Amino acid sequence: MTELAATDPLPKPKRDIAPILLPVALAVVTIPLIGSPSTWLTLTAASLAMGMMIFIMASGLTLVFGLMDVLNFGHGAFIAVGAYVATLVLAPFAASVQADSLWVNLAVLAPAALLSMAVSGALGLIVERVLILPVYGQHLKQILMTTGGLIVAEQTLYALWGPQIIPTPLPTSLRGSFIIGDVAIAKYRVLATLIGLAVFIAIQLVLNRTKLGLLIRAGVENREMVEALGYRIRRLFLGVFMTGSALAGLGGVMWALYREQVHASMSDDLTVLIFIVVIIGGLGSIGGCFIGAILVAMVANYGGFLVPKLALVSNILLMVAILMWRPRGLYAVTSR
Amino acid sequence: MMILSGDPPKSRVLTLVLIVIILALAATPFLFPGAKALNVAAKICVFAALVASYDLLLGYTGSVSFAHTMFYGIGSYAIAIALYGMGPNWAAIATGIVAGLPLAALLALAIGLFSLRVAAIFFAMITLAVASAFQVLASQLSWLTGGEDGRSFQLPELLRPGTILISKSLFGFEVNGRILTYYLVFATSAVMILALLRVVNSPFGRVLQAIRENRFRAEALGFRTVFHLTYANCLAALVAAGAGILNALWLRYAGPDTSLSFSIMLDILLMVVIGGMGTIYGAIIGAAIFILAQNYLQSLMGVASKAASEAGLPLLPGLLHPDRWLLWLGLLFIASVYFFPTGVVGRLRNAGAKKAGGVSH
Repeated sequence: MTELAATDPLPKPKRDIAPILLPVALAVVTIPLIGSPSTWLTLTAASLAMGMMIFIMASGLTLVFGLMDVLNFGHGAFIAVGAYVATLVLAPFAASVQADSLWVNLAVLAPAALLSMAVSGALGLIVERVLILPVYGQHLKQILMTTGGLIVAEQTLYALWGPQIIPTPLPTSLRGSFIIGDVAIAKYRVLATLIGLAVFIAIQLVLNRTKLGLLIRAGVENREMVEALGYRIRRLFLGVFMTGSALAGLGGVMWALYREQVHASMSDDLTVLIFIVVIIGGLGSIGGCFIGAILVAMVANYGGFLVPKLALVSNILLMVAILMWRPRGLYAVTSR
Repeated sequence: MMILSGDPPKSRVLTLVLIVIILALAATPFLFPGAKALNVAAKICVFAALVASYDLLLGYTGSVSFAHTMFYGIGSYAIAIALYGMGPNWAAIATGIVAGLPLAALLALAIGLFSLRVAAIFFAMITLAVASAFQVLASQLSWLTGGEDGRSFQLPELLRPGTILISKSLFGFEVNGRILTYYLVFATSAVMILALLRVVNSPFGRVLQAIRENRFRAEALGFRTVFHLTYANCLAALVAAGAGILNALWLRYAGPDTSLSFSIMLDILLMVVIGGMGTIYGAIIGAAIFILAQNYLQSLMGVASKAASEAGLPLLPGLLHPDRWLLWLGLLFIASVYFFPTGVVGRLRNAGAKKAGGVSH
């Protein structure tokens, strides 16, 4: 250890860039395999859009785990609820959704998405108070309680809306693709990527530039110490939980528009994908979650194009490979 | 006592309930005529064994696995594919067993070594991911598994309903191949549950409980916890595959909905928690309550739903619709995790212990 003078700045923590290079490397390696550059660009755009949507849904889960050691197996319920709320709100405004003007479309979509987030967030409040509060610190019961919550939420959606698949058509102005040369990139994917990036940057800014973020990061590292310093970490956690739920709701809306349909069990497959992302990224790490989401989406898109048969198990293979390399995920932020 | 491995129910009411359930199951072919009652009884037997094996994991080691239906499915599919491919003979059944059980154990070993080294939560997530991949795999490899349609097959001559073993004129009821199959299911399930009871009451079972209570301490005492947990995982997988074999034999069919789907996993969770974790007996009670509710509560709810819709009440018809029975069981599940985490068996045992304590003082 070198000695520091009192006036010296603290040594910068070493930046760990290997995980960041991973998706870049994956993208570069696949260029010759895919052959046609235009196909490669389309696939890459698709991966980015899908990765961003998964990131939005997974970010809340990983923070909630990192901060309070709570793993919410019912996280998927917020996704489905968000999607349903948006469908419900958009139904009376079908004319505005179908209008051929970007601004008219966005004027309905944005409030619908915000309302979905509000409802998911409020549901998060209820879930945290009713289901999770009584079982803090008991992993087994947390898993059981939140799984029970998932069953109840899914069945309630079935009871209210029935088992049929509800179509959610994309607004007219978001249909179709931007065509640059011979590369076609779907407009909605561009929007999804932009929203995902905005969410990622917003989370990073809050976590790294505000006092709130400082407290959250400190809580992830050492909860007892933050409590001992006099901060109410429970309240902080409730806020993070509600934000995470709201983000899951937003992800649900985006996914519903992406797939152009809503179903009460739509979150089942997504939950698995989200868990894989959270594990790959390292439980509690937002940066890891971001990279993990892009990796999963890349493997799904490139893999689906190159070896369709392998696409079924590609996520598992990716997870195994990453965990062989780093047993705690890309970025291990918690000591747990 | 020997047969229960020195771990009796320890409560008079519980003993009585168990005896009633077991006697009713044993006598179902003669007491309750009709195919539905026999189907329900067979399902209770299969699930009692399956849930008991899950209890070995959840109740005794405290690790939550979401891959238990995968092992159940491996057993089901192994026997179905063997009987479908080789025709209805005993060699096919033997092949299915010889292929299915080791496959399940090997997969459990791989998952265990890979993920049991770290926290319980990690294990839960990894098993969920692996199980969902397996489910997709089974539905995609349709040349082998029959895809979404699954595989229907014929049983050997002896086990078919058409085979009359004891004709009606002798005792007043007919004993046919179907009833023989039922007793095969019943006896095998009973043996598997007794074997699990033996496992959890062995020194090995004590170590598992020590790991559940405090893994760090168990490790400090010199037990290799990873080895014990992986071993328990393999044992549970073997019994689950066994239950899957019985299930396929009874249904003469294996498909994604009957042996692999995630909803079966949730059913198992509900059964083990409602019955009582860490007791093995809870599996029998949980399976009996759940499957009876599944088969008979639904018709009750149908009546209630109709009445509610005729009375013009809002929402209620939807909430009481027979397909929504899982909603109510989900609420019961949350309530039981919260209010009585030891389940029915724990409740009855506690009541019995209190009474016994009162007498001795």
